[in-house]
Amino acid sequence: MSYYFSAKNITKRYANHTALTSVSIDVPKQCIFGLLGPNGAGKTSLIRIINQITGPDEGELFFDNEKLAPHHVEHIGYLPEERGLYKKMKVGEQALYLAQLKGVSKADAMKKLRYWFEKFEIQNWWNKKVEELSKGMQQKIQFIVTIIHEPSLLIFDEPFSGFDPINVNILKEEILKLRENGATIIFSTHNMGSVEELCDNIALINNSHKILEGKVRDIRNTYKTNTFSLEYNDFTGSLSSMIPAEYELIDEQTEDGINKATIRLPKGTSQNQLLTLIIPHVTLHSFNEIIPSMNDIFIETVNAAATNSVTSQNNRS
Amino acid sequence: MNKILLVIKREYLSRVQKKSFIVMTILGPILMAALFIVPVYLSQISDETKKIDILDETGWFIDKFENSDRFHFDYVTEDLETAKTNMSAKKGYALLYIPRPTASVPSSAVIYSEKQASIDLKGYIRNVMAKEVESQKLGAEILKEIRKVNPEYKSIGNDSLSKEALISEEILKNIKTNITLTAIQMGEEGKEEESFTEVSMGVGMFAGILIYFFIFLFGAQVMRGVIEEKTSRIVEVIVSSVKPFQLMMGKIVGIALVGLTQFMLWVVLTLAIVTVFKTVVPDKLNQTDNTEVFNPGTRIPAGDNTATVAPEKEDSGKMNAILGGFQKLNFLEIALSFIFYFLGGYLLYGAMFAAIGAAVDNETDTQQFMMPVTIPLILSIVMAQFVINNPEGPIAFWFSMIPFTSPIIMMVRLPFGVAPWELALSMAILTVTFIGAVWLAGRVYRTGILMYGKKVSWGEMWKWLFYKG
Repeated sequence: MSYYFSAKNITKRYANHTALTSVSIDVPKQCIFGLLGPNGAGKTSLIRIINQITGPDEGELFFDNEKLAPHHVEHIGYLPEERGLYKKMKVGEQALYLAQLKGVSKADAMKKLRYWFEKFEIQNWWNKKVEELSKGMQQKIQFIVTIIHEPSLLIFDEPFSGFDPINVNILKEEILKLRENGATIIFSTHNMGSVEELCDNIALINNSHKILEGKVRDIRNTYKTNTFSLEYNDFTGSLSSMIPAEYELIDEQTEDGINKATIRLPKGTSQNQLLTLIIPHVTLHSFNEIIPSMNDIFIETVNAAATNSVTSQNNRS
Repeated sequence: MNKILLVIKREYLSRVQKKSFIVMTILGPILMAALFIVPVYLSQISDETKKIDILDETGWFIDKFENSDRFHFDYVTEDLETAKTNMSAKKGYALLYIPRPTASVPSSAVIYSEKQASIDLKGYIRNVMAKEVESQKLGAEILKEIRKVNPEYKSIGNDSLSKEALISEEILKNIKTNITLTAIQMGEEGKEEESFTEVSMGVGMFAGILIYFFIFLFGAQVMRGVIEEKTSRIVEVIVSSVKPFQLMMGKIVGIALVGLTQFMLWVVLTLAIVTVFKTVVPDKLNQTDNTEVFNPGTRIPAGDNTATVAPEKEDSGKMNAILGGFQKLNFLEIALSFIFYFLGGYLLYGAMFAAIGAAVDNETDTQQFMMPVTIPLILSIVMAQFVINNPEGPIAFWFSMIPFTSPIIMMVRLPFGVAPWELALSMAILTVTFIGAVWLAGRVYRTGILMYGKKVSWGEMWKWLFYKG
């Protein structure tokens, strides 16, 4: 399978630490790709390398099956985590300047800007200085200048920070619309809720290493622990009396007359076996498999990686 | 390349439209014009006619000095000591002593005065003497040329042979004369001050200080611009479109253009103000044209005064115009060198300022890095005082070679005349250094602009030089 954007074995070293160790990612076309990882993991380094702001020490990058080259910046839109605009410059002038830097002709940029300013209903901001705008307003401008040159690859670093929920929704819709129109999106965030909602694929980077990559659905499925939650009533007492000992009863409680329980089944046991055991005794209201959230997976893998590195360090010493 | 132009355009326009730029552009020429209108004007209204005795042992300059409402010349024939006493006795202003020349033509003179002889007097004397000696030499040269063709030719008359046709550049170079004018103040025993260099000193110091001022002013603007981009975080957006080096160069070049624009506007506006002033107060300033040589910029377009000095001989107007044109050469050299040293010095320091701006988070952190950069600049201004008194000495030579001081020191030396090889070597060293500085600054810059919230040390900056781009 060919990918729209690939990074192969990227290594980046700084004087005192290594930011990326042989990291590879593959981003399919029209995919929203989540780049996850704790602070300081190396995400920003990778994003800067993709944007050709810095170069890797080792490794190769491919953009639409070509080796990444300087002219590709015109097809990449980048919304950095640290937003910024010239404070003393007028909004319109500035948007025009940034669009031209991305290789859009002045007339073309004018036309596109007019469209977006109308769409966001901010035409009257054109002659205002950036410093006169509120932070949220500045974010909108920043979003517009990121996509004004209609890039085929978009890189959003924490795009939702600083937006209120209404604007977050608008932004999400716009991002999904961009993908529909053919754009491929790399999306870095700590907000796991939005990852589950938006991302098709993810890569998890921790401590300069990539420790997890794949389709969001696949990853969540592999992290399933065969755990189920059920709600029932017409039964008092503990479910443990009717299930075998190797079925782990994680949690059991009663709330407003409804009993709830969480049970982890041993590997190879299907949920149907559990159901046959309990259905004769209770009235079942709901029965769900617990699919781990990205949040849980994130914390679990990062912690596991941390313990590994601690043990390996201990072993070494 | 196209993108660098966009950056330059933005940097240029955003600064030229600023109020502070407009205010400076208007205030500068007013101050500068005032600088040489006011002293002249004051000397005009306060001074009576100065009485000057001339003791001319050569006899070349009899009746060549013209009386005006500022100067009144009397020719005396006593020996020097008597003439000095007489001059003091009758409360004359000065005694001009032109000794019999040791070489073939007179090239030096001494002014004895009780008060410091004024610059306009010295300028006038030098002008008249140079003019006379040059036209004599020219006559001799022409005669020589004509005799090559026609050995019987006795003297220049109204001949079919055109004089101008015979004047080659070589001749003009040969006849160019520098008059050494020594001013000695009497009374204070033997205190002798050579002041023939006053105009050169004025031009040199003015150009040196102007370069110092421009480097500081616009270098600091580069630094502030970089810090602004860094603190507003726009830099990350921009370097995703252009290379950091392009952004840095665009900024440096854009600001250099702002500097040049400001300079050109100053020259033009100063000229305009002086011209307006001249037309309003015509007589008084016309005769003091030579004070304008203090400003090399105004001298080029306005400097036709050589032609007005001695229009007494038929034909000499045109000759003088030719002579004047070649005299201007020196000023052309100074003006061109000024632009070169301004740009070279600015690029060198601008690159360093850009690197500093990239390395820090805000302007208060710049102190520790500013010091080493500004020391050579301040040192050059301090050294300029020594250099101006000894423009050929070893201090002058070495400081005009060291690229960190050469933009200022060389400008101070230039009006005194600098050997072409020295000038060329100094320019070459400066060029190589600023290319190197820009390259190094580029490496510090591209790492620095993306580092936030970190106190940077010199050691750290050194490491940045070796990061792979």
